[in-house]
Formats: sequence, structure tokens, C-alpha cells
Amino acid sequence: MAITRRTFLRSAAAVSVATAASGALAACGTDDNPSAPTVSANDVQAALEKGGTILVWAWETTLKDVVTSFQAKYPKVKVELVNAGTGDKQYTALQNAIKAGNGVPDLAQIEYYALPQFALGKSLTDLSGFGAGSLDGTFTPGPWASVKAGGGIFGLPMDSGPMALFYNKKVFDTHGIAVPATWDEYVAAAKKLHAADPKAYITNDTGDAGFTTSMIWQAAGKPFSVDGTNVKINLADTGSAKFAGLWQQLLTDKLLAPVGSWSDGWYKGLADGSIATLVIGAWMPANLESGVAAAKGDWRVAPMPQWTAGGNATAENGGSSLAIPKAGKNNALAYAFLKYATAEEGVKIRVDKGAFPATNAELKSDAFANKEFPYFGGQKVNQVLGQSAAGVVSGWSYLPFQVYANSIFNDTVGKAYVSSTTLSDGLKAWQDACAKYGKEQGFTVS
Amino acid sequence: MALLEPPAIKRTGKRRQRRSWTGWAFAGPFMAVFAFVFLAPIAYAIYLSFFRTRLIGGTSFVGLENYKNVFTDAQFWSAAGRVTLFLLVQVPIMLFLALLVALAIDSGRLYGKAFFRVTVFMPYAVPAVVATLMWGFMYGNRFGLVANINEALGTTLPDPLSPGLILASIGNIVTWEFVGYNMLIFYSALQVVPKTLYEAAEIDGASQLRIIRSIKLPAIRGALLVATIFSIIGSFQLFNEPSILKSLAPNAITTYFTPNLYAYSLSFSGQQYNYSATVAIVMALLTMIVAYAVQLRSSRKER
Repeated sequence: MAITRRTFLRSAAAVSVATAASGALAACGTDDNPSAPTVSANDVQAALEKGGTILVWAWETTLKDVVTSFQAKYPKVKVELVNAGTGDKQYTALQNAIKAGNGVPDLAQIEYYALPQFALGKSLTDLSGFGAGSLDGTFTPGPWASVKAGGGIFGLPMDSGPMALFYNKKVFDTHGIAVPATWDEYVAAAKKLHAADPKAYITNDTGDAGFTTSMIWQAAGKPFSVDGTNVKINLADTGSAKFAGLWQQLLTDKLLAPVGSWSDGWYKGLADGSIATLVIGAWMPANLESGVAAAKGDWRVAPMPQWTAGGNATAENGGSSLAIPKAGKNNALAYAFLKYATAEEGVKIRVDKGAFPATNAELKSDAFANKEFPYFGGQKVNQVLGQSAAGVVSGWSYLPFQVYANSIFNDTVGKAYVSSTTLSDGLKAWQDACAKYGKEQGFTVS
Repeated sequence: MALLEPPAIKRTGKRRQRRSWTGWAFAGPFMAVFAFVFLAPIAYAIYLSFFRTRLIGGTSFVGLENYKNVFTDAQFWSAAGRVTLFLLVQVPIMLFLALLVALAIDSGRLYGKAFFRVTVFMPYAVPAVVATLMWGFMYGNRFGLVANINEALGTTLPDPLSPGLILASIGNIVTWEFVGYNMLIFYSALQVVPKTLYEAAEIDGASQLRIIRSIKLPAIRGALLVATIFSIIGSFQLFNEPSILKSLAPNAITTYFTPNLYAYSLSFSGQQYNYSATVAIVMALLTMIVAYAVQLRSSRKER
């Protein structure tokens, strides 16, 4: 009996490898996806019963508890959770492992902005073959759209980062500043704060590609559009220009603390009130609680400032999916854990630990919305963040080589932070550099 | 030697063959390791440099096109120009300081000779990564030493991490790191100079300066050359310091700040392994040419 099943599995695997290979040879950009291997729910169940070890690369801390509970439920399965670096450090390692063909994890955390690059590089397994299509409606629209590329589903959303305004209420109260509801008010608040206390800044920024693209996203800009191998880049469109105009005022008047995010100075500034606000993704509360424990009770969350008064437009900032690299050894088992962590019991475990969900069920639950955060002075933070998730502007897309594009952001746009170059000139230089790279990589860029 | 040759010719082919195999048996293990560890990576880099891998279209043979691109690549040449400037300014300062310290310690007039020798050499024992992080903290004008000085004295010192000063700041770190190392090379060369020469010079009434100029410096010419060539190679390979400072000064240090950093970004963020290999090869050739030119020039002087 066992032998028959094993041979069946082996032949199924052989078939899927063969189809995957033929898919890799086929021209890309086609909508129908012949490369998707078909693995039924029964195969996944069989893999769970058979057991084995899977390697997961992720820096998301809440996954640790998911691993514990998954292993308790399926004692034959061992999940090795490895932190191979955060963000691009992990992508570099992953790309190298894929290129070398060994040491590739069975599951990898990949941020939404980086997913198209890996999907296009044919490094990831199309999950539609696993029946991931049936999860439609499980996830919020923004993240769900982000994991789909070229007709395939290349990951499942793990968390999301609809943006909000995190502000230090103590600082605002001391200087009698009202919480800004529009970007004009935000600039005014920046001026007032810095005039009142020359050591205090409204926020920090040393040139952050993720933040900039999210801001352009909220301003309804669509600088990148991708259709197969045709890429359009326009970092001077209305939305981009709106952002550049706003942020240039803060740059020119030196109202931004020249401190890099996630640096020691940043945490210090967030704690002592010299960095008074952060416009950032909804995954921030857990980071504030652990990284800026000293400022407990000072911080509050408000909706993201708007371009037009009374609006409710927001954008996603960060947020990651879990994806199955093609070169991973145990795809069926990896999918079982993937589903468990992103769409089944794992979600609740992660949300309880402070993660911001990408699933409708959790977002809409009363327990989630009414949870009071002692760190934020008892504020029901998730109500603000949940609203933000509903207001994400649709139609955004990243470049299919966004990881590279972001890596050269400071070479080009960064100039605006340290010299007389304007932000719009910087964006133009970024556009040119991205277009050059795109052409070199064989895209049709216009 | 020539006298021994003729009998060998008379011997049979078989015997000669065996002789040559014996030689290989001795040289073989070395040759194998040498080929595997030294030649293979170079050959592989050269092989890579003839191809191009793209996200769309895969890998194709492009001949010398990558090389052609390097020669018109403004980013590469700006990087090469930057390390050349670094070489022309930082290396003379560093070697001069190292020489000064070596001569001072060697003069025997210094109190606490061993203490100074160890202290000056110590920075070399600090890993470059740690040294750079340490200096990075000092350079910080918000939370670092510069900030503290500004606060205590009410001054506004220029930001060492600004684009205009970053190269000088890196030069300062590298000088701090390597003065001791070069000093040790010079000092050990000075130790070999026979003391009788100094005595003879003193009897002739030569001043200390004269002794330095006419005895000490000519005596350590070889060491000077070695130190210079090491420094040239080191400058062209500048990587650790800018790579670590990049997180503190992301807008001042570009991804193509030095040729090595450029090759690194090309291959690790751009996935352009082929072009990166080409950049590495071109830079290696440039380094060899400059180092060889320096050696040629100074050995000609010696004659």
C-alpha cells in the first residue's frame, strides 16, 4: 500500500517537474499558465501524514508560535524556521541559493514589492495548481492583488501594511499642535513643531524607496505599469508630482530628521520625542512596543493625512507574503504549512502576537477591532488601521525589478536629501536608471 | 649545467618520459591546488564575462560587448576616478606618517619605545568592520562624537558623512587602520641597517637628518616599494569602509562608490553577474598596470 502511494507520488512529482520545465521554456507573458503543477488537497494531506522537514526563511517574529502549534498538530512534520536576513538581505541570499541550486528554502517570506521579480524570474511555484484560487475572498483585496502576477498566484498574503499616522501625543500636546488631517496641515505642523523646539522634527527621512512609492500610491499616482514584458515608467505623473511638491517643502526647510529608519538613532528619536510622527504601515504597533518601550503611553494612531480634506485614501506600506520557491524540495508539505500560517489557525496566533492580518475574517472580527492597546494609552488602534485597509487606492503595481530599483533609489533620489538637487529631478534620474536597467534585462520600456 | 645535457639526449625516450613523470609527481599536488584555487576562479570570471543573462531572454553569448560597455560606463569610471583620487591623496599621507613614526621609534631617542610601537600598531589588529563602525559612531552629527562636540562647544562642525567629505572621512579611517602596519614594515627594514654605518656617519659629523636622507631612506627603499604597492592595491580594492558607512550615509555613498562596491551591487542587487565579472576583470587589470608601472619606475631608479 505504502509502496503504491510512494510510486504514485513520485510519478506525480515527475509529471509536475516535466510540466514546470516545459513552462520555463515557453514564452513568458502568456496568461494561461502551463507551468502550474497540480497538487491536490489529497497529495498535501498525504505529505502531512508521511511527515518530513521543511525549511522556512522568514524574519517575521510571530511565525515562531505558528511553527510550534503546527508541529504539535502534525507531529511527523518538522519546520525549521531560519531568519536569513530582513528584506533585501534575504532576497540576495535567496537569489544566490536559487542560482546555486542548493540550500533553497521550501518557503520564503517575500514582501509584496519583491514578489513580481521572483515570479518573473520563474523562481516561485504557481500556487493555482494547489487550488489556491479557491482562497479568493479570504484575503483583503490589496494584498490578494499583490500576490497575483501574470495569471498565477505566487504566494499567500501573510500580513499587510495599510498606512496610518502614528504620532507622539505628548509632543503634540506640549506644543499645542493639532493632529493633521491633510498633508497641508502636516507641513504646517512640521513647521510649528520645529520652530517651537529646534531639536524636534515631524518625522525622519533619509530617502526611503518603500515610503516614497507608498506616498505616490496614496496620491493616486501610477508610475509603474506592467503588461507582460512591456513596462511603463513615469515618475512625473500627477501623483508623483503631488508627492514631490509636498515633500520638497519639508526638505527645503530642513524639517526632516536626517536619521535612517531602523537605526539606533531612530529608536532613540522615537523614544525621546525628537521624531514626532511616522506615516507607516499597520505592522508598526508591535515594533513600537518592542523597540520603543520607553515611550509607552505617548503614542497614538490617526488616519493617514489626506490630499483632499475629508478623503479616506490610503496605501500599502510593506507587508509580506509567504511563497514556495520552485527549487524547494518539499512543495506539498510547504503548501500545508503556508496555508496553515496564512489562512487557517496560524492567522489567529499571529494576530494575537501583534501582527496585522491580511484576512477578511480577522479584520472584521469584533475581538480584533475592539482590542485596547495599553501602549497606545488604551486606544482601539485596530479601528483606525482597519479603516485604512479599506481605503487602499486600487490599481497600483510595482516594477518587475523593484528590488533592484529600490537598491539604487539613494543613488538618484537620495541626492535631493543631501544637495541642491530637487526631488522631482531625483525622481527623474531614478526613472532613467530604472529604464536603463529594464532595457538591459530585455524589457520593452517606455 | 650544459655539460650534463648531452648524456641525457643519448638516453632512450622511455627513460626521459619517466623522468618527466617523476617531476610531475612532485609538482602535481601543488599544481592541482594552484589550478583549482587560483586559476579556476579567474578562468570562470573570464568565461562569465563573455555572456549576458537577462530576466527576459535568458543567457546569451555576447563576446566582448561587456568590455565595450565597461569602457563607456560613466558609473564605473567615476568609481575608478574616486579610488585614484583616494590613492593620490591618502596613500602618501599614510606612508609619510608611517615613515615618521618608524624613524622616530628607530631613532632610539623616544621614551617608551615599545609602548608607542604597540599603540600605533594596535588599530591594525582591530577588524576593519569594527573600526569602521566605531568611526561611524564618532562621525555621527546627531548622536556621535561630532554631535557631542557641537553640543559642548556650541560649534557647527561640518558633517563628516556629507557627500563632500565622505571620501576624506574614509581616508581618515584607512589611515588610522594602516599606519601601524606600514610602520612595522619600515621599522623592521630599519632594524637590518648595520649600526656601524651610523657610527661612521657620526664620526664624519653627519646630522640626524643627513643620516636619514643618506643612509636610512636608501636602505629601506625595498620596504617603501612593497608598502606602496600594497597600498595601491588596497586603495583600488576599497570596499569594507564605504560598504559599512553606507547604512549611515546612504545618500553620500552610492552603490557605485568604488569599483569593488559597484561590482558587488551589480551582482547582488542587479543580478548582473556577467557584467560584474567584467568590471572585476577590468579593475584587476588596471590595478596590475598601475602596480607594475610603480615597480618598474622605482627599480629603474635603483640602477
